[in-house]
Amino acid sequence: MLERDVPQEGNVTLGGHRKAVYARGEDGKLQIVQSAGWEVEEIVTRQAVDDLNRLAEDARQRVLAGQTSTLEYHMHKARMDVPLLSQTTGLWQWRIRRHFRPAVFAGLSPALLGRYASVMGISVEQLKKAE
Amino acid sequence: MMEFQHSQASHCESGVMSAMLRHHGLPISEPMAFGLSSALSFAYLPIIKINGLPLVSYRMPPKFIIKGLQKPLGLTMRFETFRDPVAGTRRLDELLADGEVVGMQTSVFFLPYMPEDLRFHFNAHNVLAYGRDAASGDYQLSDPVFETTVSCAGEALQKARFAKGALAPKGLLYYTTGKPSTPDWTKVIPKALKKTTRIMLDTPLPIIGVRGIRRLANAIEGLAAKNDPAQAKMFIGQVVRMQEEIGTGGGGFRFIYASFLQEAAELLARPRLNELSENLVDIGDEWREFALSAARMIRDREPLVPAALAAKLRQIAEREKAFFLDLRRAA
Repeated sequence: MLERDVPQEGNVTLGGHRKAVYARGEDGKLQIVQSAGWEVEEIVTRQAVDDLNRLAEDARQRVLAGQTSTLEYHMHKARMDVPLLSQTTGLWQWRIRRHFRPAVFAGLSPALLGRYASVMGISVEQLKKAE
Repeated sequence: MMEFQHSQASHCESGVMSAMLRHHGLPISEPMAFGLSSALSFAYLPIIKINGLPLVSYRMPPKFIIKGLQKPLGLTMRFETFRDPVAGTRRLDELLADGEVVGMQTSVFFLPYMPEDLRFHFNAHNVLAYGRDAASGDYQLSDPVFETTVSCAGEALQKARFAKGALAPKGLLYYTTGKPSTPDWTKVIPKALKKTTRIMLDTPLPIIGVRGIRRLANAIEGLAAKNDPAQAKMFIGQVVRMQEEIGTGGGGFRFIYASFLQEAAELLARPRLNELSENLVDIGDEWREFALSAARMIRDREPLVPAALAAKLRQIAEREKAFFLDLRRAA
């Protein structure tokens, strides 16, 4: 890649930050050039983020309909899935799925709620609300 | 306050190591840190799933660069992990109070200065701590993928250092003991070059190196048969994201290595390495064409044809094979 080909298309997912890439200058030497972002990166990052947001919104609707617990909503909101939540909490996947049932979730001990909240980086209060 | 020179890098681990070594008086570029530790690679790991999608890596696993620089530079790195987060934070404070520059493994998800959209659960992001702000107590960090230094509240940093899950950092701290020395380039560079060619060409596992690229091509081609375009788009999106996304996972490793080859050509007075460098830049550009085509398919700007992406990957595999064979001869 030549220095003048370094993409400067902007990428909203970088949040205004510029990244360093290596490109060839006029003298043929490779050096660091700052890039405002490439549309390709924006497309694939947005794709991943949008998919996670879709899952979270879908779960939120089901929380409102009483079909799932706020745990499932917050799991997606924290960009996790069941295997990852299982890894980070040390709980079995089937147990986590069971906690998606609103009635079961309502009876969880403060210790268990704390365990979930802590790996997601939120408070227990937040965990109980779908917002 | 200690004098510390921040400089932006393309990749976190090579960036941290070159900054740390520079701080200790050995001026080493990021590409040199990357190339000398033989960090260039390719791996397609279908068993390791992230949100149900396989892991693709364009370099060797985390800590490979930190560990790999010890031998060529006659360096001793100290690594410390902690069971108790409070103890981990206390030790970091101690080291900073002693004037040490400390490398840390962190989870991107818990670093508040990261752009929101990039905060995924990636547990092997490397940053350097070089001090604390006298007024707020916040940690002063040199995150190599950022343009300037950043600061981070203690609580958030502790969370990032003790995140759980795959590649859990366990509070990992690392720093150098003893001074690094300028190596005999004519010895260490050829050795590092050969090691990379071995990884790319000779690893018996069919998912590593050039064979791994071909295996990924097969997997992408197989997406057509599943007849689930949404899932197929997620899969190829993931491959590109790992290739291109901000310094944590992917990020133009072919270009970094090409830059290393230029430096090596000069240090060894071997112009052949310059030609190989140009060759590798072209290969890097092909990876970018692959990414561009994939992104266009994801956005429906061109028809979704997995076979076309697979063909592109096989072409890249062919070129990389020829390239690493040439590199082996040149080393």
